[in-house]
Amino acid sequence: MNDSKIPAWANMIVLPLLNILFAFAFAAIIFIAVDVNPIEAAKVMINGSLGYQEGIGYTLYYATNFIFTGLAVAVAFSAGLFNIGGEGQAYIGGLGVGLACLGLDHVLPFWAILPITMFASLLFGAAWAFIPAYLQAYRGSHIVITTIMFNFIASSLMVYLMVNVLKLDGQMAPVSRIFESNAVMPMFHEIAGWFGLSFSQSPMNLSFIIALFCCVLVWILLWRTRWGYAIRAMGASPSAAEYGGINHKRLIIIVMLISGALSGMLSLNEVQGYSQQLKLDFVAGYGFTGIAVCLIGRNHPVGIILASVLFGILYQGGAELSFDFPNIDREMIQVVQGLVVLFSGALSFMLVKPAERLFVYLDEKKQSRITSAAET
Amino acid sequence: MSRLPNEKQIALELCGIDKKFGAVHANSNIDLQVPAGTIHGIIGENGAGKSTLMNIIYGFYTADSGEIKISGTTRKLNSSKEAISYGIGMVHQHFMLVDNFSVLENVILGAESGGLLQPSLKKARTELERLAKEYQLDVPLDALIEDLPVGLQQRVEILKALYRGAKILILDEPTGVLTPQETDHLFKIFDALREQGVTILLITHKLREILAATDNVSVMRQGAMVAHRKTSETDKEELAELMVGRKVRLKVNKGDTKTEQVLLSTTDLTYLDEMGVERLKKVSMSIKAGEVVGIAGVSGNGQSELMSTLSGLISPSSGHINIGDKQIDAQHPSSADEVRQLGVGHIPEDRLVMGLIKSFTAEESAILGYQNSAIYNGVVLNKPKMINQECVRLMEEWDVRPRDPKLRSSLFSGGNQQKLIIAREVDKNPDLLLIGQPTRGVDIGAIELIHKRIVELRDKGKGILLVSVELDEILALSDRIIVMFDGKVVGEVSAEQANEKVLGMMMANIMPDHLKSSTQVNQGEQL
Repeated sequence: MNDSKIPAWANMIVLPLLNILFAFAFAAIIFIAVDVNPIEAAKVMINGSLGYQEGIGYTLYYATNFIFTGLAVAVAFSAGLFNIGGEGQAYIGGLGVGLACLGLDHVLPFWAILPITMFASLLFGAAWAFIPAYLQAYRGSHIVITTIMFNFIASSLMVYLMVNVLKLDGQMAPVSRIFESNAVMPMFHEIAGWFGLSFSQSPMNLSFIIALFCCVLVWILLWRTRWGYAIRAMGASPSAAEYGGINHKRLIIIVMLISGALSGMLSLNEVQGYSQQLKLDFVAGYGFTGIAVCLIGRNHPVGIILASVLFGILYQGGAELSFDFPNIDREMIQVVQGLVVLFSGALSFMLVKPAERLFVYLDEKKQSRITSAAET
Repeated sequence: MSRLPNEKQIALELCGIDKKFGAVHANSNIDLQVPAGTIHGIIGENGAGKSTLMNIIYGFYTADSGEIKISGTTRKLNSSKEAISYGIGMVHQHFMLVDNFSVLENVILGAESGGLLQPSLKKARTELERLAKEYQLDVPLDALIEDLPVGLQQRVEILKALYRGAKILILDEPTGVLTPQETDHLFKIFDALREQGVTILLITHKLREILAATDNVSVMRQGAMVAHRKTSETDKEELAELMVGRKVRLKVNKGDTKTEQVLLSTTDLTYLDEMGVERLKKVSMSIKAGEVVGIAGVSGNGQSELMSTLSGLISPSSGHINIGDKQIDAQHPSSADEVRQLGVGHIPEDRLVMGLIKSFTAEESAILGYQNSAIYNGVVLNKPKMINQECVRLMEEWDVRPRDPKLRSSLFSGGNQQKLIIAREVDKNPDLLLIGQPTRGVDIGAIELIHKRIVELRDKGKGILLVSVELDEILALSDRIIVMFDGKVVGEVSAEQANEKVLGMMMANIMPDHLKSSTQVNQGEQL
């Protein structure tokens, strides 16, 4: 069986949209059950995430995180590797960014700090992916298991470092000092200001542009270079890749380093842009959501951008929703997000078969109309 | 009912069977009558719709229109369970057996008569002993499947179908894994079955078998039944022409090119797999420029491992390989990439597992193994235009259809996939070509072209190692033939000495007497 019976446009656009509609339909039923008018709720959600500049800013700030972690999952997945460790890699990436900022913000101007923090996020994220990658390549330990374990190790390590090393003297909260302003990512409203435009204040910052740039780079890597060819070959058919002279052990390590680096870059947005200090648990599930983003985005950078914006809307709109409706709390928003993941990710092929049948039916209809027209 | 085969009675009748998969018309308006107690052959090229038709008869697919009559009664078959209940049995090309179960356990699997196993086993044992006697199907009932040779495993499959009460037996390419002698035995079993009134549908692409075993034959081409013949009234040439739709040349002419330059040699090449099983046992051989060396043997006797070690995919455990000046052994392993750079092209045995990547476009599959080569790459980016042009050129030179480099590799037919892979390897002008099963699942038209090109390469002075389970192919192309059994070389015969009988005996590890004294014999004798 192949999916060639469905036109590409339907496969890429209509089916994902239908899946999301299904999710929203189910969410609507749940909203009705808790006495919330789903249409009202939808209005609040859309307005809250896209209706005004600050809302848009927040939506894209969330989307930035999802783009990084979504790309990280996509690169690994192209090689047939399931990197569940985005959470930990982003966490440790944040440590790198934080240390660089804390060490340099008194010394260097922003444009000198930025390359260093970028490099630190890449390096620390990649380093955290290296050990699972090595274990998979040379010891055969399954990457899904090891990356999950490394999420917990990262979490424990960060608690230790924050509480025992990086916490400020005389403070209760396990947070570092706030970075000096010359280490902080320029906010989007500031960047807009440079061009004489005005935009409401929001946490959206320069790292959104960096994320988009990463999308382009990932696309070029995967589809326009020999290394991308090797990555995709290994993902699609390990035996054929081996026949093609591709060294899978080395490639597993390289791919996981790239994936970990992309996860690590999340902290450019979250640490250097948003919280502007090192603290605990700033990754807050973005790493895991990246898996869903990658699934919904069909493993393609453009799809990942769209899916990231969708999840940005769910996060930001959801926050507004719980603000406006007393019956809807944070958990309810997570239910909606869960439904989107369920329908777009886990059940993403649910509609493929019926759609195939529909197109075959339409095709035959057209054929018979043509023949009957020819006869008359 | 009389047990004698009654020519008048129709066991299976198909009327106007039609099946579409999307735009593909897999079966169009098929009519077929199979008299009870006859052996009916169905031949056709790959993709002619034979498998679809059999799957409809066996209830896997439901036909869009048309009807199936079994012993004169119209039946609707919605599942293979229903088909079995109407007395239809199927022996698949790839056996559906549980390796670590005994024969008895395999036979009752899915046909247990109750919750407890012992009564079922006991009942099955008496029944099987009766069947074995009646149909000359001797199988050790308590042996594990994994300990049985392929020929016996196939008998288990047949027993399984008979145990479930099959009166119509469908066999899909049953001889692909058998030696000629085992094939002969299988045909004897067919005769016994026919005498007991069983109707047999034999699906194959081997014309010789159709002629040897069947009473009637139907030819399929492009989803349609194009001809029905009495086997006694037709011949190889007519059937080939009916299958392809035009005249076919089945013979290849070879030029005279003997040289003495050794391109590749192995000495005591041994390979142990991960479980420590010896897959290659001290294989010594050589390939010279301008000759085709055929490797014959029942599949699974070390040919695949030989190909893999020679092409650098796996490293020898002991012994060594010499390619030109380079020596490869356990201490100095080599990679597929390095071997390729030594001028060795490799056409793998299984094109879908190794030769190409199904989800890649044709042009992407057409650079597999050469993805790093300078002509396809700039400093960082690759050259999509170049990759495309080269693929178009290869498709043109090798008549790959459709000529669409952007089409997904899996959507080409087997023959066209194979042509693309051979084109890719031959185009790099290697001195030595390792070719595995070049025409497996390939239609006759493509076989013609591929055979012609292989001989052309030989005549140009290339060395060729040909591994094939098709004895016809080995005999038609090879200058020398090496026979393998259980990982070792049984012996070597020249093309002049070789024929089906000789090779068949050697494939079963028996050295024919008249060859034993000749100088050609090597390790076969000592073992």
